Amino acid sequence: MSNEDILNPKQMPHEPEKATLEGKNKFVGFWFFLGGETVLFASLFGTYLALNDSTAGGPGTEELFGLELVFVMTMLLLTSSLTSVYAMYHMKNNNFSKMMVWLGVTVALGLCFLGFEIYEFYHYIHEYEFTFRSSALGSAFYTLVGFHGGHVLFGLLWIMTLMGRNAKRGLNLYNAPKFYIASLYWHFIDVVWVFIFTVVYLMGKVG
Amino acid sequence: MSTAVAQKKGFGAFMWDYLTTVDHKKIAHLYLVAGGLFFLLGGLEAMIIRIQLIKPDNEFISAGLYNEMITMHGTTMIFLAAMPLLFALMNAVVPLQIGARDVAFPFLNSLGFWLFFFGGVILNCSWFMGGAPDAGWTAYAPLSTTSPSHGVDFYVMGLQISGAGTLIGGINFLVTIVNMRAPGMSYMRMPLFTWTIFVTSTLILFAFPALTVGLFLMMFDRMFGSVFFDVAAGGNVIIWEHLFWIFGHPEVYILILPVFGVFSEVFATFSKKRLFGYSAMVFATVLIGFLGFMVWAHHMFTTGMGPVANSIFAVTTMAIAVPTGIKIFNWLFTMWGGAIRMTTAMLWSVAFIPTFTIGGMTGVMLAAAAADYQYHDTYFVVAHFHYVIVGGVVFGIFAALHYWWPKMFGKVLNEKLGKWAFWPFFIGFHLTFFIQHFLGLMGMPRRYWKFLDGQGLETGNLISTIGAFFMALGVIIFVWNIIYTHMKEPKASADPFDGRTLEWSIPSPPPFYNFKQTPLVRGLDALWIEKSEGKKAMTPAEPLGDIHMPYGSIIPFVMSLGLFIAGFGFIYQVDNPVWLSLVFIGMGITLGSMFVRSVKDDLGYHIHKEDLEKGDGQL
Repeated sequence: MSNEDILNPKQMPHEPEKATLEGKNKFVGFWFFLGGETVLFASLFGTYLALNDSTAGGPGTEELFGLELVFVMTMLLLTSSLTSVYAMYHMKNNNFSKMMVWLGVTVALGLCFLGFEIYEFYHYIHEYEFTFRSSALGSAFYTLVGFHGGHVLFGLLWIMTLMGRNAKRGLNLYNAPKFYIASLYWHFIDVVWVFIFTVVYLMGKVG
Repeated sequence: MSTAVAQKKGFGAFMWDYLTTVDHKKIAHLYLVAGGLFFLLGGLEAMIIRIQLIKPDNEFISAGLYNEMITMHGTTMIFLAAMPLLFALMNAVVPLQIGARDVAFPFLNSLGFWLFFFGGVILNCSWFMGGAPDAGWTAYAPLSTTSPSHGVDFYVMGLQISGAGTLIGGINFLVTIVNMRAPGMSYMRMPLFTWTIFVTSTLILFAFPALTVGLFLMMFDRMFGSVFFDVAAGGNVIIWEHLFWIFGHPEVYILILPVFGVFSEVFATFSKKRLFGYSAMVFATVLIGFLGFMVWAHHMFTTGMGPVANSIFAVTTMAIAVPTGIKIFNWLFTMWGGAIRMTTAMLWSVAFIPTFTIGGMTGVMLAAAAADYQYHDTYFVVAHFHYVIVGGVVFGIFAALHYWWPKMFGKVLNEKLGKWAFWPFFIGFHLTFFIQHFLGLMGMPRRYWKFLDGQGLETGNLISTIGAFFMALGVIIFVWNIIYTHMKEPKASADPFDGRTLEWSIPSPPPFYNFKQTPLVRGLDALWIEKSEGKKAMTPAEPLGDIHMPYGSIIPFVMSLGLFIAGFGFIYQVDNPVWLSLVFIGMGITLGSMFVRSVKDDLGYHIHKEDLEKGDGQL
């Protein structure tokens, strides 16, 4: 396939993300990458579980966490995963403008999530003096949840860069795989958050 | 865009070519040169260690410097010598063995190299910037978290950056092998070296993130005041041990599996026989890879995990001897009745079998948890892991270099010098390390700066040091062989060893697009099948057509340079926050180059069919 064909928005097959060898490579490679990311987060979860009652005299999880805030954050992130599915649905139907709209909604929800997380950390630090340095629990909590937050931030920057770069030229076989793997990344972030919600917040409240 | 131009350029253009290359064959050269230099450096550190231990109560180097030497010797040899040398082989051979024109992600291939390289440079800068890391290559907390100099900080940043490069490389080879095999090459027709790289890459993918997390925790503790390993604030030092070995044990299989693949190729080629028990070999490779994740706590038998955990990890560890034994016998049966040619590559491979078997046997001894309380942290352990890592990995790398040198550089390494390098190294190796089993059993602890007179340890240590000099002599002769070969030896043919696999079906060294036409694979040992039917070349699987190639790029170098700069910022901001500016500059460079890479289209170019026809491989 020549470069002109790849950049031509009028020639789009049903699954544009896997239509070229480059696309297939990105698709398979990104799934492998997510496998490695799983081990990364598993190690962080293991560390957190080993230290989740090491309060060193400071506040414990039961005292700190409020499930209302975390519930709202969970809903925001779960919904953003759904909206990114809509975006990919429109990508497969070669409807660029609708894809961009739903990606925009995804980004907005992600930003809201991030805002709440910053507020949450601020709250713990100023109300409870619960910091990265105050206890091993603090170190483990901010590292695990912070790594996730860092992933959210990176994902947002990534999707926004893709949207900005391609705003004027529409979909083609070169950028479709890029949009697709960005959405895979976004789903992965969502799955990790489900585990954080369960292991950190729910178990921290009732465990 | 042709090699004809490349041959007539000056030194600057030559350097620029290698800085920007995304060609897997040139990246293999880079890995080989960088890994080779770090190997010499690690070897020098080993010699200093052995000179210090040549006699009782020696004062050759100070205790502090000795700790730095043992730490840097281990870290350098594992992360900066063995790993990149294996990556050199993967890059040089795997795409050719599967009939591909490049790896799946040529850009990432280059990025992986430069990250490894700059990580290694950071680590070694520590020698000139206030002292090297001194907490052992395992960097156990709290020894590492309380080590006063910046040494361990260099360890953390260096390994973090080079580890990222390794992870990228692992993913790259997984995708390459899954997606880019030539038509007809099913999984069970892949050469065994490709199979072992496939399993190795899987291990890299699932093992390195554990190290990444361990290093982050260490970094946060040392540089940003977190308390993961500070028991006074509720921390737990055993977390480091677990994370390190969850990575560390698969790592030893990451090192050994590729050379298992090398030996399988060498034994088959130089016995003129198909590899005995191919499917059993594949099965054993996968099984070793799987079990490799089940055994990490056997490094921690004396930590106090309790008898149940110790027993489970003892049994899984001993189980690995089974698939490994399958492999040893299959290699022996491959040679059985074959038309054996004792070339240098074959010599290293044959020497590997008894050496590695001894290392495996002491491995099973160490796996017996109750007995391990006696062996733990003695020279018995030192002897064991040098038998498997030198007797396995280093012998394998020498065998591979002799075997694939013509494919990488177009010349066959001189056989006579090759054998002259082999014998002193082989004899020296056993002199150095065999006696260490007994030193260990006599109670000599590892990592000690001095031993005392009158405890029966003098003769053993003297013999060990003499052996080390023989090994150094072997390495020097090998280096001389490289220089001699490139000055005196004639150009090699495409297939100098009567090979069996696809890499021998194209010129030595191959043109930059590898295969003019993708070959059709009709079975295991694809080239051998064609040769046995009297054909001179592979049957093409496609008509001659345009070939798509990627453009080179300087971005991977710049991206890695950014992390290199940021690394120093992270290390020194502890002393003075001004250094944070380096973090911002460095991360800015890295993220900025990621942004540029993201927004700039890089579609590559096509070599046209007409040029291929008239160039006839000399394009």
